Amino acid sequence: MVTLRCQLGWAKGMPGSLTETDIGPSVVSPLDRVTPPSCKRQMMGPLSFITMNWGACPGHTMVLQPSERHNRDWSHGRLGPWCSPTGSPAPLSCETGCGEGSWILVCRLLVPTQVSLLSMEEDIDTRKINNSFLRDHSYATEADIISTVEFNHTGELLATGDKGGRVVIFQREQESKNQVHRRGEYNVYSTFQSHEPEFDYLKSLEIEEKINKIRWLPQQNAAYFLLSTNDKTVKLWKVSERDKRPEGYNLKDEEGRLRDPATITTLRVPVLRPMDLMVEATPRRVFANAHTYHINSISVNSDYETYMSADDLRINLWNFEITNQSFNIVDIKPANMEELTEVITAAEFHPHHCNTFVYSSSKGTIRLCDMRASALCDRHTKFFEEPEDPSNRSFFSEIISSISDVKFSHSGRYIMTRDYLTVKVWDLNMENRPIETYQVHDYLRSKLCSLYENDCIFDKFECVWNGSDSVIMTGSYNNFFRMFDRNTKRDVTLEASRENSKPRAILKPRKVCVGGKRRKDEISVDSLDFSKKILHTAWHPSENIIAVAATNNLYIFQDKVN
Amino acid sequence: MFARGLKRKSSEDAEDADGGVAGLPAAPSYTLQRQSLLDMSLVKLQLCHMLVEPNLCRSVLIANTVRQIQEEMTQDGTWRVVAPQAAGRAPLDRLVSTEILCRSGREQEGEGDCPLPDPAPGQAPRRPQSSPWGLDGSREGRGGFQKSLDHIFETLENKTPGSVEELFSDVDSSYYDLDAVLTGMVGGAPTGPGLPAFAPTAAAPPSSTCRSDLGELEHTVEILVET
Repeated sequence: MVTLRCQLGWAKGMPGSLTETDIGPSVVSPLDRVTPPSCKRQMMGPLSFITMNWGACPGHTMVLQPSERHNRDWSHGRLGPWCSPTGSPAPLSCETGCGEGSWILVCRLLVPTQVSLLSMEEDIDTRKINNSFLRDHSYATEADIISTVEFNHTGELLATGDKGGRVVIFQREQESKNQVHRRGEYNVYSTFQSHEPEFDYLKSLEIEEKINKIRWLPQQNAAYFLLSTNDKTVKLWKVSERDKRPEGYNLKDEEGRLRDPATITTLRVPVLRPMDLMVEATPRRVFANAHTYHINSISVNSDYETYMSADDLRINLWNFEITNQSFNIVDIKPANMEELTEVITAAEFHPHHCNTFVYSSSKGTIRLCDMRASALCDRHTKFFEEPEDPSNRSFFSEIISSISDVKFSHSGRYIMTRDYLTVKVWDLNMENRPIETYQVHDYLRSKLCSLYENDCIFDKFECVWNGSDSVIMTGSYNNFFRMFDRNTKRDVTLEASRENSKPRAILKPRKVCVGGKRRKDEISVDSLDFSKKILHTAWHPSENIIAVAATNNLYIFQDKVN
Repeated sequence: MFARGLKRKSSEDAEDADGGVAGLPAAPSYTLQRQSLLDMSLVKLQLCHMLVEPNLCRSVLIANTVRQIQEEMTQDGTWRVVAPQAAGRAPLDRLVSTEILCRSGREQEGEGDCPLPDPAPGQAPRRPQSSPWGLDGSREGRGGFQKSLDHIFETLENKTPGSVEELFSDVDSSYYDLDAVLTGMVGGAPTGPGLPAFAPTAAAPPSSTCRSDLGELEHTVEILVET
């Protein structure tokens, strides 16, 4: 018996919204049709999905059936809404945000946690559990911390990887003419365990299963392909749908055991019959044993035949078809490890020129390399570095200049880099300084020693471009994330937090006050929660839909649509 | 510049600036802060041994910070790197390298090309902390610190595993006493009279100035190193 759970914590209190008393286990019937019959009924935990459409009345809630797991493969059926919206759509008030309109919370997806079998099957007050699940983050295990977020090339799919080695893929719901307001919702499409923890016996060290990066391949047929990597191994996964299955075998009985041949008198040809949609993920390639150090980046080349993986000291070039060989194209390991002072922090291929790539370093430099120049690209073609500002010099200067992420613009003309306090945009034609510098959280400059002490200074924030390269976004602390409009030079700070995000409300810009006088809505620097950091964000390739990962929660925001 | 990253410990800082040790570039609090940053960095590097697989980028950044401090302290003259009997080592060249400070780099190597022996890196930082810290602990602390580093240099020069164990058995393991380091006793604060407030621990600081101590220690260490 499958028990459904609902998560409505932040819909409470809004007029017209459904409260938890409206929806309980008694109202809902299990969606048996979704469960693949061959799966073992082993509960893993609830996956809840709340959608608050910006146009519709709050209370439109979709709850997904708790996922089922068969051995190690997760196969999700398509899950659909079980309750209909209450009330009628209301017009949305508009406020200007960052020149792109305002941002509204579309959905908040909770990554499933490990709930014990016992609690799931017993007849207990599920609402009580729901409350504590929502309020108390300690129920979420560390394995649920999201470690990477990536849209695919059309924006139809959104993949997240977590510390537990799992990949969860969300699919955008199809637009229907009747329900235009439901555009932009993402439902769980597939979940699978990509990497398992390993043990390196030679060094007596554990290899973490945390997914460091996910990169999609452009779609070439009905199936979807993505690369996912942990510290040491890259895997190519194929995600495909199955909606038919063969039926009518008579060589095996219902439980799959071979029948005694003596009892078989006829042979039936199986017939393909439609079945409930099942999405399955299979590992197609495993690219292992090529990295001594920790992989920090992977990047698919524009030729769609090769990709690169970068660790702290080396970058390797792979062909998708060949798993037992890779070419080393960058090697900055010194002959004498004592002389090591710089490591590679990120790398990416040019979006159009398949011979060009860039990599960033812990010393705040970016090197652009051309693979046509030589087999080993130790000599860069271009070298981007900003001269140091002597007035800001301190013992932490080098650490905060270390680049944590580098991204080409969609046009291929610019690169964006993220260091601890700023985001910089560089023109590929100008190496001596960036063309734009944006302060993300300069108020932290006076706190660098404390941040060094608690290791926050080593946090690696990512940065993203929007589809038209006009807006850039990056994360900060206290679940804040920042957007900078390159054209209007306006910037906004928003917060990804369920406490402050009310349904139907537009995200309110936040402000951190640095001086003594704190205004009403401002938050002071000392009240910032440094454990709530937004390291991973993603922007839809063509629309203004963003995905923000805040620890174990994934937020999807979109702007107002006419 | 450095003060931007740290809080001022006490208002006594400014008052005692004039009474500070001659030759220091700024108020004693700067030196103290720099010293505590150095200690913190060394602790962080050692802690990285205990992690599953330490983050190389973080280790490199911390090691670079340590190097930077050491370079500055060498220029100040507050850092006395003892030139051992081995010839040809300029003090600046022999600043603590990443390799020494972060043995994880070697562990991650996993390759045979590393010519240096692995002196059971796990042992040193995890050695039981048995040596008691007396009142003169801070004075010995600084000598111990120097001594430990030089022993490490010796280790790397030596290349014979046998002597390594011997060397490490002589090392004042109190350096690796995290509590001691964290409480600021190791690397002893170069405090003068009337500045007890800066030492975070209760231990009474030595009354003599830093420089004469170093002179003595240098001599002592030279003798020790030659054995």
